[in-house]
Amino acid sequence: MANLVMTEDETMLADAARGFLDKSAPVKAFRDLRDAGKTHDAKMWKEMADMGWAGVLVPESAGGSDMGHAAAGVLAHEMGKTLVVSPFLSTAVIAATALRNVSDARAEKALAAIATGDVTYALAVDETPKFNPEAASMVATREGNGFRLSGKKTFVVDGALADRLLVLAKTDDGLTLFDIPADRAGINRTAQNMIDARDSARIDFDNVEATGEDVLGQVDSAMSVLKPALEAGQAALAAEMAGLSAGAFGMTVAYLKERKQFGTVIGNFQALQHRAAHLWCEIEVTASAILNAGRMLDEDPDNATMAVSLAKARATSTAQLAVQEGVQMHGGIGMTDAYDIGFYMKRARVGAEWLGDYGYHAAQVAKHRGF
Amino acid sequence: MQSNQELEGFRIELRDWLEANCPAEMRGGEASEASICWGGKNFEFESDAQRDWMERAASKGYTVPTWPVEYGGAGLTRPQEKIFKEEMNRIGARSPLDSFGIWMLGPALLHFGSHEQKLHYLPPIARGEIRWCQGYSEPGAGSDLASVQTRGEDKGDHWLVNGQKIWTSYADKADWIFALIRTDREAPKHKGISFLLINMEEAGVETRPIKLISGASVFCETFFTDVKVPKHQIVGTENRGWDVAKYLLTHEREMISGGGQGLSGGRALGAVLNESLGEGQEMETTLRADAMRCEVDALAIGLTLERYKDQAEAGTGAGDASAMLKYMGTELNKQRHELLMAAGGSDALEWDGPLGNRPADWLRTKANSIEGGTSEVMLSIVSRRVLGLGA
Ligand SMILES: Cc1cc2nc3c(=O)[nH]c(=O)nc-3n(C[C@H](O)[C@H](O)[C@H](O)COP(=O)(O)OP(=O)(O)OC[C@H]3O[C@@H](n4cnc5c(N)ncnc54)[C@H](O)[C@@H]3O)c2cc1C
Ligand SMILES: Cc1cc2nc3c(=O)[nH]c(=O)nc-3n(C[C@H](O)[C@H](O)[C@H](O)COP(=O)(O)OP(=O)(O)OC[C@H]3O[C@@H](n4cnc5c(N)ncnc54)[C@H](O)[C@@H]3O)c2cc1C
Repeated sequence: MANLVMTEDETMLADAARGFLDKSAPVKAFRDLRDAGKTHDAKMWKEMADMGWAGVLVPESAGGSDMGHAAAGVLAHEMGKTLVVSPFLSTAVIAATALRNVSDARAEKALAAIATGDVTYALAVDETPKFNPEAASMVATREGNGFRLSGKKTFVVDGALADRLLVLAKTDDGLTLFDIPADRAGINRTAQNMIDARDSARIDFDNVEATGEDVLGQVDSAMSVLKPALEAGQAALAAEMAGLSAGAFGMTVAYLKERKQFGTVIGNFQALQHRAAHLWCEIEVTASAILNAGRMLDEDPDNATMAVSLAKARATSTAQLAVQEGVQMHGGIGMTDAYDIGFYMKRARVGAEWLGDYGYHAAQVAKHRGF
Repeated sequence: MQSNQELEGFRIELRDWLEANCPAEMRGGEASEASICWGGKNFEFESDAQRDWMERAASKGYTVPTWPVEYGGAGLTRPQEKIFKEEMNRIGARSPLDSFGIWMLGPALLHFGSHEQKLHYLPPIARGEIRWCQGYSEPGAGSDLASVQTRGEDKGDHWLVNGQKIWTSYADKADWIFALIRTDREAPKHKGISFLLINMEEAGVETRPIKLISGASVFCETFFTDVKVPKHQIVGTENRGWDVAKYLLTHEREMISGGGQGLSGGRALGAVLNESLGEGQEMETTLRADAMRCEVDALAIGLTLERYKDQAEAGTGAGDASAMLKYMGTELNKQRHELLMAAGGSDALEWDGPLGNRPADWLRTKANSIEGGTSEVMLSIVSRRVLGLGA
């Protein structure tokens, strides 16, 4: 069983990240970005890359900091607290993990470009409103030595900003994962106007050419590359959502100590105290599942599926509780756009759906527990 | 720190020992309150296997694996303890011995007791020879525990104890009681309590069983009439018993939270539910959804228990973990038993029916969120001490 204490390095990483983010990416930065109609801050991503965040899962041989999945979770958690916008999950976690599971020179080069922050990625898997990667129906038809990709993807997170796409498509005898530039002929991207004001796109593929070189891993066996990538993404997203919960909870408790009604601060009412305490308990329990998932991915990645699903399920239910209680306990002001708590609610809803919702992951846990 | 090689050596040795010593009857199956081995002078073993298992485990210190060897334990380190748990779970071994001595008094004595007291009281607990009960609650002192009124008059070499306790679990079966006794009636309520150890065979101690809604009779009223308690039978300092009481409660709460079946790496709820549905029966949709949620929460709470132990070991523990664990664990356990009842359908409605203890166990779990401090009290502790809300 993994050791469930933050290491000294992880604690230092969290402190350093917090220091940077409080200065460069408080919730206000997100608000400004949204108000300007932007979903990406390229300059900040470069700064994050310079600190080794973009290369958190990239081997040192390819210029990465190679800190591991638990460390990636630490970073995601800190970013979640202040709703930091960045391609961290899609690029530094998901794409890097996929590439890392392919050991060829091309992948090594791609990893190096991730670590420097020069290239961003998005994962194009979903085709229906619910996450179900195994059911991908987009086709890649054989043509000569290569393929032609036709079909539609939706909810491609960071899909409008990304330089490259990881695309899942059906081939003759299974699923295949392609790594192609996002501006290749026949690719048509439509940015989605997301409730959380983050980047996402619907993408049409119209007879898009892909060569054998573009295949990540083996033809017809996408899962050997995609599964670890998805699990890494799910664990880091869970960590981000746990950070989001902590952020919303911190705001809420501060408000309980400040807002006065009936001649006293509302935090003196036991009806609110007990609900806040319950929420804190849920957050504590979820934190264990998050750390465990990071440890399992680092120490025993072939057997991490249940730990990851446990983390994503718990993170989802906890974040949803945190934002609902957060808005409710703020009363009328929590409903206003000028106040930040609503941002947390909207991000939590998006996070809940991305890479599998509560039901998807609870079912994974049940399957691993034999029912 | 032990090397991985040393730890693996320990695992192999332990595995062999368990294989040779844990009787088949003591493996597998859902743990039930009725099958707990409590030990003590009055305990009736349910089988030879139960006795053998307790005695063999005690001889290795495995009834209290983390206690120091000199006090009857095996002196396991935290990494060894994890392995111990994993190996026990692997074969579905039942706990060889459980008792209030192990869960509550032991930790308090290890922390507050003198060396002589530890040598005197701990080994008989580890060997299952002496069974303890807990004399905290009184008719007028439940959640507001510090208002206990049972008093001890200072008579020089002893206290003369008079008063009444209530809800004293297994007082009629226990050999000794640890009790909160008011030894200073003038002082503020938290500052006049002493933590005394009292022999239940002493003249003037009387118990009267109370029947529970589960039909069992596990708790009692306990009366003290002019009971002499020698001065050396105090733990900690006179009138500072509240410190001991609180420390003990943190252990009690952790125990109640994790004692919940299924939290300690036990069997999956869904698997148990499937079994009671019978051949070919599918789990109905809402039951399955509830079972999944329960399983997710159980696994996460189990990990939290481990995380806090790891933190304690690393010296980075957060203070009031036990209140949180107690609240989350007991509420979950109640939920789990609701689902077990639902899966059992009408078979679960008979005392000692096709599903045996299931209805009694279900009713028993309702006390989990009351005993050792209620869920509401746990939430108040968290909101006051952790969140800094309220006065
Ligand atoms: C969309 C919207 C439309 C509205 N329209 C109107 C309108 O047309 N006209 C109008 O006059 N008003 C309107 N309101 C205002 C609404 O009635 C108030 O927001 C509401 O009464 C709560 O007051 P508050 O916002 O000051 O919250 P607060 O009173 O500050 O409450 C904050 C939190 O503390 C809790 N709380 C407060 N006191 C206690 C207590 N004693 N015990 C336990 N918990 C407590 C509350 O339940 C809440 O969760 C509207 C509000 C919204 C959001
Ligand atoms: C099966 C069982 C075994 C037990 N075994 C033992 C034992 O071995 N030894 C022992 O000493 N005791 C034992 N107890 C007693 C147990 O510790 C008490 O029942 C418990 O502390 C609650 O006290 P009470 O029953 O007086 O309830 P009360 O304190 O009267 O509480 C009644 C209700 O009011 C709520 N409440 C009280 N104060 C507050 C507050 N400030 N805010 C919000 N809600 C509040 C409570 O949560 C509860 O829901 C046992 C109890 C049970 C059920």
